[in-house]
Amino acid sequence: MDFNFTPEEEAFRDEVRAFLDENLPPESERSPGFPLEWNRKLREKRWVGFSWPREVGGGGGGIMQQVILKEEMARRKAPALGVSFMGLAWVGPALIEYGTEEQKQRFIPDILDGKLQWCTGYSEPDTGSDLASLQCKAVREGNEYVVTGQKIWTSVAMWAKWMILLVRTENDPADKHKGITCLLVAMDSPGLTVRPIRNMSGGEMFAECFFDGVRVPVENRLAGEGQGWKVTISALAHERSSISEVHGLMRHLDGIRDLAKRCTRNGRPAAKDPGVRRRIAQADVRIEAMRLNGLRFLTKQLKGEKLGSETSINKLHRAALEIELGELALEIQGSRGALMGEDELVLEGGRWQRMALGWPEVVIGGGTPNIQRNIIAERVLGLPKD
Amino acid sequence: MNFGFSAEQELLRAEVRRFLDQNCPLDAVRKIAETPEGYSRDLWARMAELGWVGLRSDEAHGGVGLGWVDLVVVLEEMGRTLFPSPLIATVLAGVAIERGGSEAQRARWLPALADGSTIGSVALLEAGDQLTPEGVALTGERKPGGTRLTGEKLFVLDAQAADLFVVAFRSGPAPEALSLALVERGAAGLAIESLPTMDLTKRQGRIRFDGVVVPDDALLGEPGAAWPILSALIDGGAVALTAEMVGAAEGALDLTVNYAKQRIQFGEPIGRFQGVKHPLAEMYVDVESFKSLLYYAAWTLDERPEEAPLATSRAKAYASEAFARIGIDAIGLHGGIGYTWEYDAQLYLKRAKWSRPAFGDADHHYERIAALGGL
Repeated sequence: MDFNFTPEEEAFRDEVRAFLDENLPPESERSPGFPLEWNRKLREKRWVGFSWPREVGGGGGGIMQQVILKEEMARRKAPALGVSFMGLAWVGPALIEYGTEEQKQRFIPDILDGKLQWCTGYSEPDTGSDLASLQCKAVREGNEYVVTGQKIWTSVAMWAKWMILLVRTENDPADKHKGITCLLVAMDSPGLTVRPIRNMSGGEMFAECFFDGVRVPVENRLAGEGQGWKVTISALAHERSSISEVHGLMRHLDGIRDLAKRCTRNGRPAAKDPGVRRRIAQADVRIEAMRLNGLRFLTKQLKGEKLGSETSINKLHRAALEIELGELALEIQGSRGALMGEDELVLEGGRWQRMALGWPEVVIGGGTPNIQRNIIAERVLGLPKD
Repeated sequence: MNFGFSAEQELLRAEVRRFLDQNCPLDAVRKIAETPEGYSRDLWARMAELGWVGLRSDEAHGGVGLGWVDLVVVLEEMGRTLFPSPLIATVLAGVAIERGGSEAQRARWLPALADGSTIGSVALLEAGDQLTPEGVALTGERKPGGTRLTGEKLFVLDAQAADLFVVAFRSGPAPEALSLALVERGAAGLAIESLPTMDLTKRQGRIRFDGVVVPDDALLGEPGAAWPILSALIDGGAVALTAEMVGAAEGALDLTVNYAKQRIQFGEPIGRFQGVKHPLAEMYVDVESFKSLLYYAAWTLDERPEEAPLATSRAKAYASEAFARIGIDAIGLHGGIGYTWEYDAQLYLKRAKWSRPAFGDADHHYERIAALGGL
């Protein structure tokens, strides 16, 4: 057991810090366009797609370097390591693993340059947690697939230029995983209609997508026909040690500590209230547990072991924390916490209200907590499938 | 960066597990728990021979010279089978002498503690049940020929088994004016009684000091400056205890998972129902998470002492809460059989109740975390 870093790793950390000192303006001085500018700067260092092979334009970085990079970026509240979120999170890795040469050349540079957003067409009205039951249909006609059906909860579909889409190309009642195929679809394809859905924060982040005979060239199929499930599983396996999430949560908790010092409860600072103190400490411990769990998973990866279902542990912690921190922040503010909108009584521009209403995106989006519990119970504890 | 155990540590774990499986499965634990001593002298002697009692004492004083992480491996395995032994108490007495003792005191006691021939313990708590300097009220009055100790210590680990006590006493009115004394069993004016513990695999006692005279060469460390040593003892104790808690919680989880696979209701193993599998998944999340917190805390004790208070409090706070919940859920998921004396689930529940307050409950540690975090 050793939590120290090697001299090479420390040297890399220094390099990242020096880069940040030179290039990253303070948060208050960053324009709305700054993330894209940041993408360009990071691209020159090959820090976008840092772990991807150099042949496709990635950085060829090792696991530890990646951790250090993310840690330092998070510490300085830098924007994300690239703006094409889903492109970087799983479309790119899936292309690298399953794409043809032509597909890689066509799509990967744009993902790295942050030129376009991808969206993910997985869920359907009758297909949520049971993803493999999807019904959106594709029929082969010559050199094209004709897609008919509906997707829903598709994040950023209204801004995305491309979609990674799962469709059914075959109905095998014995094995629903079998007939699933993965297609890459241009969002401006005729017959594809996007209708935004307003969420409870009042914002529009996700949408319904209707496919009415949308034609997709066969060359835009990722992996073979019927291989879509495999692509999906391996894309999910690219999830890593939750370093960035942990730093994000730490930042929120720091903010809550500040709030507790500023807000009064019963005539004294909330920070003096034993109940508030305990809840802050409980959140602190849970975040630290996540951080350390992440380092244990990382150690397994460094030893060349594949991560299994243990990553569900941190997803459950994160879900609990996203909800609890929002709740705690509002409770500390008392009556002010129940306001939303423009008023001097609304603290920090309504940041905490947004968090208290925004957690479903994270908590439900990546597989609900109950699904994570099923995964642990069945795959780790060996309990019978339900 | 390596957050894993070495091959030697994995070997040690396998060795301890084999030893306990062969010599002390739960039915043997129950028999030991019914004896007045509460531990097996024979197994204690064999453990000592294997080097597990003196595992982290230095080699110059008859120990093996390993660290807290190694000790955690041993304690985790002992926790899994609820193995009764005065190991933690003896280790802590050694830690106090290591940190505060003169060379003569170290030479006199450390080898005997390392080879198991002397069982040690530490006497900290009193009627106030407080793990802060203010909790120590036992008086030490300077007299010609020594210091006279008067007062009462409570909840002393393995008091009936111990030959040697490290005793905290008050040497002045300032809160942190505390000193330590080494008191041997049999000293004049010392009266030791057992306390009736809920968990029979854990023993504690009450010690009355009625003018016990401690000669100057049995005072440990600088008079009036004992708090840093005591504080380190409490952190060490919390880590050691959390290690046993991790093992015991995992034992309770295994027992319950196996039961859920075998027990048939409504024509199905109950482990197929989400009402059963989800609490089991939560137990697993807790066990794995407090393992992570524990291992890191153990590592800081040796490698980053400045981080140890926070890391220790995080581990013990989480463990106290999680193990309490696991103990209750293990019984609940078993149904009626879990409520019986003969079934083992109750043993884990009682261990959870015993472990919760020892070396600080969740309240105590959460408050320390809040304070260390600037609140």
